Amino acid sequence: MKEILSGNEAIARGAYEAGCLVACAYPGTPSTEILENTIKYTEIDSSWAPNEKVALEVAIGASFGGGRALCTMKHVGVNVAADPLFTLSYTGVRGGLVLVAADDPEMHSSQNEQDSRNYARFAKVPMLEPSDSRECKEFTRLGFELSEQYDTPVMLRSSTRISHGKSLVELGERVTDLPLPKLEKNPAKLVMLPGNARVRHPLVEQNLINLSKAAAALPFNRVELRDTSIGIITAGICYQYVREVLPNASTLKLGMVYPLPHELIREFASKVDTLYVIEELDPFIEDQVKAMGIPVIGKEIISLCGELTPGRLRTAFGLPQAAVTPAEKMPGRPPNMCPGCPHRGVFFALKQLRAYVTGDIGCYTLGFMPPLSAMDTCVCMGASIGMATGVTKVVSAEEKKKVVAVIGDSTFLHTGVNGLMDMVYNNSPATVIILDNNITAMTGRQDNPASGFTLMDDPTHAVNIPLLCKAVGVKHIRIVNPLDLEETKRVIAEEMERPEPSVIITNKPCVLIKREDVFQKGPIYAVDEERCTGCRACLKIGCPAIEWRAAGDGSRRGKASIDPLLCTGCDVCRQLCKFDVIGSKP
Amino acid sequence: MSGQIKNILLVGVGGQGILLASEILSEAAMLAGFDVKKSEIHGMSQRGGSVVSHVRYGAEVFSPIVPEGEGDILFGFELMETCRSLPLLKPGGTVVANDLQISPPSVLMGQELYPGGLVERIKAQFADFLLVDGQKIAADSGNVKAANTVLLGAVSKRLSIAEEYWLKALEKMVPAKALDVNKRAFRMGREF
Repeated sequence: MKEILSGNEAIARGAYEAGCLVACAYPGTPSTEILENTIKYTEIDSSWAPNEKVALEVAIGASFGGGRALCTMKHVGVNVAADPLFTLSYTGVRGGLVLVAADDPEMHSSQNEQDSRNYARFAKVPMLEPSDSRECKEFTRLGFELSEQYDTPVMLRSSTRISHGKSLVELGERVTDLPLPKLEKNPAKLVMLPGNARVRHPLVEQNLINLSKAAAALPFNRVELRDTSIGIITAGICYQYVREVLPNASTLKLGMVYPLPHELIREFASKVDTLYVIEELDPFIEDQVKAMGIPVIGKEIISLCGELTPGRLRTAFGLPQAAVTPAEKMPGRPPNMCPGCPHRGVFFALKQLRAYVTGDIGCYTLGFMPPLSAMDTCVCMGASIGMATGVTKVVSAEEKKKVVAVIGDSTFLHTGVNGLMDMVYNNSPATVIILDNNITAMTGRQDNPASGFTLMDDPTHAVNIPLLCKAVGVKHIRIVNPLDLEETKRVIAEEMERPEPSVIITNKPCVLIKREDVFQKGPIYAVDEERCTGCRACLKIGCPAIEWRAAGDGSRRGKASIDPLLCTGCDVCRQLCKFDVIGSKP
Repeated sequence: MSGQIKNILLVGVGGQGILLASEILSEAAMLAGFDVKKSEIHGMSQRGGSVVSHVRYGAEVFSPIVPEGEGDILFGFELMETCRSLPLLKPGGTVVANDLQISPPSVLMGQELYPGGLVERIKAQFADFLLVDGQKIAADSGNVKAANTVLLGAVSKRLSIAEEYWLKALEKMVPAKALDVNKRAFRMGREF
């Protein structure tokens, strides 16, 4: 049976068909939907971990126990999981282990565009790269077999266009003849102390040589000879663009991008007049082909930055572009916090208090956008607290008071709590605001260890964040209602003054949570247009439900209006109105 | 080969249901026996940002994104977003647009005006332009929420996919209780 599946759905299906027993991840665009699809298969134990390192460790445990395990993350998640990954290549596996790294060339939803292929080489792990959903399913399935056959974890690299692209997939059945997992001690292989690791390392190197030699016969790499004046080595989504734009060119399509099939590359190179490597981001394949002494054109014509498109590939080869209608200048439409979002009041207060805000990764990063414009740094998951401590180490006593870290509940549990330990341990005077909206919101409402539910939607213990902060040693913990602007501002101001570590926790849920009894809409608000003075105070929070209606006489005058379909009744705009003309509709 | 590929772009604002519409379109194309690919960006765009979904179908499709300037049909759920994406369309392409304006943040805050004369601008560049009051027709069909299905009906007439496949796709993708309304909305859009 054929179905249209996204790359992520197909990876989940591939894991199912491979007899995978455990799938573990921390959500991250564009990888999130893989685990949201493994939950459809009750045979797979699917769970969210607090971060990618833990997710990989859970998968490793499942593999050591003898079961096949899938672990998925976005590209930057591999940085967090790198510690276990680099030693996992030495131990190898028992049950097959596939680690999916989903890259985001063009940074549609990321803070950098690192190329995960470098991790395969760095960690000495084979890497597969599918070019459509059919291959996502097949390569995932075959990845488990390869993992067991070569006693190594296998990485599967996706990208935004692969993970979120959809194409036709032929579904298969789940394998049923795998050995049942059971404990089996093998310390020489699984205890990586120097004596054991010294034995394992040469095996890892030999494994990669063996794989490279076997690569021509493996079902991943494919030579397609057409016109031999141009030969193109390519992989992943780039293969599709090459076929689209240069349909007559010969291609060596790599499905395994590490280790490379050296013999196949030499053979292909000898059959074509001019050899190109077409790849997004780093010259990963190109550099290795050049190191083989084979002349090749690559990054001279393809950018190191951003994603490839058919048009960009045309430009690279000097082909004519389609006649394009000139773009019209339009107001931009950037993403925005939702109407009623509990983060808005906090950033409004931080802006008023002229705080220096070290930020973190989540919806609240949108606090950077005008009119709130109240975020000064954003580097990676969990970084806000450590950065706040660092800033206070170098600035004047008066400026120290201005330093505030903001971090979401999920990000705090991901890697922020370590920063808080450091803050208390080393007595940083900075203030931390934990924006606890009871969900991992940015990636699309995933549960986390503090939300009270598992990925399978089963109720579970919720981490008590105030108690956790107390246990870490924070003496001053304040809970605020972020929809109460006056209280929020007052509490933040008091804690900023305090020359000791302090934590403020907001207590209103994300408006997108659909679970009953979590988020509840209040009465809808409206502006009394007769009495509205047009002072624009309510526009300062940038709520999408509030619209400025110009008088239309060419003057700056006008009135505010509230869209009843968007308003959640959060009450924040009413508090901003000095003329008391905003109120709930009777 | 690429001459036989149909290139459709669905554009609008995050939260408008563009992804579901493009799923129904892809499903119908698959049921009609075509190879289909679809691509869009999730994530940040869901928070009220611009959304562009690409759907391509034909005998064999390679790139999941429509090559720049090769769109056959631009299916706009919102007027400003429709105009923003006109450069993706080939000269002489078709525009089917919902007659709806959603103000972006800068307009909501009174810093910019929602651009005027958009309908005329599209008309001046693309002769094959259908403006549909999706909300009104949907209300007439019995459910204002079925506006996307009305638009899909209007687009469907310009594609070589038989009506039976569209209806089957709706049956698969739309919840059972909303199916009748959506089928009615689809037919009203198709007759528009």
